[in-house]
Amino acid sequence: MIDVINLEKHFGETKVLNGISIHIEKGDIMCVIGPSGSGKSTFLRCLNCMEDPTGGQIIFGGVDIADFKVDINIHRRRMGMVFQHFNLFNNKTVLQNIMLAPVLVRTQDLKKAKRNNRKTALANLFRKAEKKQALLPVTATKASIRAEAKEEALALLDRIGLRDKADVYPSTLSGGQKQRIAIVRALAMKPDVILFDEPTSALDPEMVGEVLDLMKQLANEGMTMIIVTHEMGFAREVANKVLFIDEGQILECAAPEEFFGNPKNPRLKEFLSKVL
Amino acid sequence: MGDFSRKIDKFIDILINQDGYVKVLEGLQNTLLIAVLGLIIGIFIGTIIAIVRVLPKYKILPRILNGIAAFYVGAFRGTPIVVQLLIFYYVLFPLMGIRITGLNVSILVFGLNSGAYISEIMRSGILSVDHGQMEAGRAVGLSFWTTMVRIVIPQAIKNILPTLGNEFVALIKETSVVSFVGATDLYKAFNSIGSNSYEFMVPYLAMALIYIVLVLLISMGIKYMERSLRKSDRRH
Repeated sequence: MIDVINLEKHFGETKVLNGISIHIEKGDIMCVIGPSGSGKSTFLRCLNCMEDPTGGQIIFGGVDIADFKVDINIHRRRMGMVFQHFNLFNNKTVLQNIMLAPVLVRTQDLKKAKRNNRKTALANLFRKAEKKQALLPVTATKASIRAEAKEEALALLDRIGLRDKADVYPSTLSGGQKQRIAIVRALAMKPDVILFDEPTSALDPEMVGEVLDLMKQLANEGMTMIIVTHEMGFAREVANKVLFIDEGQILECAAPEEFFGNPKNPRLKEFLSKVL
Repeated sequence: MGDFSRKIDKFIDILINQDGYVKVLEGLQNTLLIAVLGLIIGIFIGTIIAIVRVLPKYKILPRILNGIAAFYVGAFRGTPIVVQLLIFYYVLFPLMGIRITGLNVSILVFGLNSGAYISEIMRSGILSVDHGQMEAGRAVGLSFWTTMVRIVIPQAIKNILPTLGNEFVALIKETSVVSFVGATDLYKAFNSIGSNSYEFMVPYLAMALIYIVLVLLISMGIKYMERSLRKSDRRH
């Protein structure tokens, strides 16, 4: 699903990523661990070009999205992202937070289809009967898009048990609630993969569980997930691949039993002895 | 004291019996028109300039736009507004062969001028919004401009509303120079009442009073707006 080929990222003179290559299958739950400053967050942020890679390729859905000429916005719709600090839109209610992107993106697509149809219709006037082109089917209206998105958003809120919070602003929520809403906001776009950038690091300890539970649910449903985390227990339990990054390179990539049970890289051994 | 009350009687006489109130109302209308339209144009221009100035600058186009914006802001902040009024009215428009009334020039110049000031206010407002808001918008596939307009700018405006209110108040007060290009504002209206009676004390006092009342009303309006915009915050 995602092929990362020789990914590099420099900030000025400092090399943060030194040629990372990895293949991610559909349904993979990949946890990325490493000491701070190792480049694991940068690696994740390069995957959806939040940071523009300096070199290398990221093949997603058959397209190299690291290429500047690609319209990254289209590909980001298929790639959800969850942040350490939640980043819910402060000026929108919870429901609006979830609905905003689906509504905007679908109305844009609707406009595009209509514009296309007008062109085709005009061109058809001058075409012979057998050469006339069919119009794109347009069944949605702005109102139906909104209604549909609202229904989906409410269903997502039901799922995490926060339907009663639909009309409040994020500032009144707890960290755990915010992060769960951020996760369903990503889900609302029906992405192929979700990137998690230390989703539990900014949470109070008692709220970590509820967020991890939701992530486990997603994992069980077969969502492809790439998770930068310090939660070793979660990585061992849920991931099917664990990655150890240090100094901008992948030092070890293995299934969790192997990774935690029989680490080979000396740097990883040292790291695990400190954190476990 | 008897002298003063005689002056007041004279003023009221001109105001009511000699159509003085028509001039005052016209002046008030123009003052508000220049300030309000100037502010609207200013917010529009200021927002665009502010966005241009926070654009990521690794491409050539944003750099050129940024240079233009910096020049614009420098030019309008570096000259007094009276000079700008005179230049537009007596130099630029005649050179372009366009005939334009003093009022319209005033609206335009006040808009352009406040645009330069508001761009700086707006820029600090945009920078005060957490960068994560922009990232979150981009991460769900919205474009830079969509995220800017839907997410960042509304929060920025909330942060800068008090400063923007000050800008509006400053605009109202600064409009008192538009008589330089022949527009009738509050000052011109009261000035002509004074000239009719050779008596300026009471008219100017009344003018000051109207300005104060205007400014107080606006300040109250801003406070009210601020409170309703604070709904998304925890503080009420």
